[in-house]
Amino acid sequence: MSTTPAGGAPVVELRRATIGYGDVAIVRDLDLTIRAGEAVAVLGSNGSGKTTLARGLLGLASLLDGEVQVLGARVGGLRDRGRVGYVPQRHSVSGAVPATVREVVGVGRLARLGLLRRLGRKDRAAVADAVAAVGLEDRMDDPVASLSGGQQRRVLVARALAAEPELLIMDEPTAGVDAANQQVLAGVLGRISASGTTLVVVTHETAPLADVLSRAVVVDHGRLAYDGPLAEAARHDEPGVHHHPPARERSGYRLDQPTVTTRPRGAAHEGH
Amino acid sequence: MDILDYDFMQRALLASLMVGLVAPAVGVFLVQRRLSLLGDGLGHVALTGVGVGVLTATSPVWTALVAAVLGAVLIELVRARGRTSGDVALAVLFYGGIAGGVVLLSLAPRGQATNLDSYLFGAITTTSPEDVAVFAVISVVVLLTVVLLGQRLYAVSDDEEYARAVGLPVLGLNIVLAALVASTVVLSMRVVGLLLISALMIVPSAIAQLLARSFRETVALACVVGLVVSVAGTTTSFYAGTPSGGTIVLLSIALFLLVSTGVAVRQATARRRHRRRVDVHDAHPHEHGDGCGHQPVPHGDHVDYDHDGHRHAPHRTGEGVHYDEHGEHPVGAPPAGRTG
Repeated sequence: MSTTPAGGAPVVELRRATIGYGDVAIVRDLDLTIRAGEAVAVLGSNGSGKTTLARGLLGLASLLDGEVQVLGARVGGLRDRGRVGYVPQRHSVSGAVPATVREVVGVGRLARLGLLRRLGRKDRAAVADAVAAVGLEDRMDDPVASLSGGQQRRVLVARALAAEPELLIMDEPTAGVDAANQQVLAGVLGRISASGTTLVVVTHETAPLADVLSRAVVVDHGRLAYDGPLAEAARHDEPGVHHHPPARERSGYRLDQPTVTTRPRGAAHEGH
Repeated sequence: MDILDYDFMQRALLASLMVGLVAPAVGVFLVQRRLSLLGDGLGHVALTGVGVGVLTATSPVWTALVAAVLGAVLIELVRARGRTSGDVALAVLFYGGIAGGVVLLSLAPRGQATNLDSYLFGAITTTSPEDVAVFAVISVVVLLTVVLLGQRLYAVSDDEEYARAVGLPVLGLNIVLAALVASTVVLSMRVVGLLLISALMIVPSAIAQLLARSFRETVALACVVGLVVSVAGTTTSFYAGTPSGGTIVLLSIALFLLVSTGVAVRQATARRRHRRRVDVHDAHPHEHGDGCGHQPVPHGDHVDYDHDGHRHAPHRTGEGVHYDEHGEHPVGAPPAGRTG
């Protein structure tokens, strides 16, 4: 299905996948294969379903129909959850109670430890490596609240890296980050990608990560609108350009075919 | 020491020691989860358990424990199912709990309902030897659970969605935390009281948050604070003849006000000092940069400029650039630790 040259084994496979929340389908009938080592941007305007697609891969949104396989297992069926890393869209890491960079990143490592095991020497080393990978090694024991917004975003990346994932899913990692920190982040992601980790990055701006991401998947109204080289994706992604109908037409289109379809109760379990 | 001459005071002090240590250890997670009032609600539910215990002539501590843990599990199941109806469901459960307790206690023979105050607000004379034994078991179980599962509980309290994404059993851990809160509520029954226990879970944590840098430090410091105010409050209530629960809570709130004032003053001083330095260099003749004649000194993520033996760090704000002092160093020598 992929238009990108075949890389390694399939890491993500969607077959006519319909993903949503409760009975509400947001991504519909989507076919997509992402292979090991690829660096893929998931693009689309607000409400297009790009975040839902990513959340579907993590088991945070429900598969309503079709099939989703991540690292060869059904979503949620993966035995070692540490193999999939997740960087949520969150502008700050600091919660109500103070926590250090080391503590926050340590949480990411729990994915490798099951329910009761505590962080051992190897785990602590992985945490330190993850923090070093995002260039915050000298802030290891500082409270995350004392870090800048861009640095806190890097803490979230380190938290995902601490489990040494094979697939890293990120939601808007560069949004609201200043240019200097975007550059640092691009460098970090470039190194992660070069080490063989598969990247899936949900984003609305490709410029900051243009050197890192090679393939783009554009989601529009919950359906796949484009899949191919990132360089050629831009014109498919801009609202009102090319494949998008003009605004007036589009509103009519929405009335006929609403983005969000309420499925009849029980439909969610069909095909299982 | 005349306070220790009384058996009931020995027991009350033991109980206050345990609740003072345990309540904040659980409360920190509630604060992190922004569910500070869960303890309060479970205190309401525990009162129904007390009523059942008094009516059936079983130990009210046990029946309260059962009621509170059942309530805790129910709350988490309701929360997991959906949030909008959850809020109302919680209110129904909480007020149903306290109403059930009041009515059941009023049905008790020989007007034992007068004990209501002591259950709600704590009374040092009421701790029985069996109570102390039960409390010891509860304390050990709760503390062991926190030590074993602390990092997972932190993960779930901090970011439930992320915890789910990395495969932690979120509902299970939430139920464990709620059960810990329920157990702590029961632990508080004699000394602090069911209506005031929430304060002993939350206020020591609020104090510790102001001072600590890490989560681990916050938990440790909150436990120390809880222990101190709990034992000091119980002692005070013995001498002053005041209810122990209210005394303990007032003491911890006083400490909170003291510490937060101290922290605010310290921050204001630091800000003033910063502004004074800014004033000194406000009329800085030029913006440091290449070829300004001052030696550039790399410093972490920015460059300082050597200015008569002290370092100027550009600090860009909305109003322009001023220079912060980043310490003195011998001219020409690289700053410590940055030799690479």
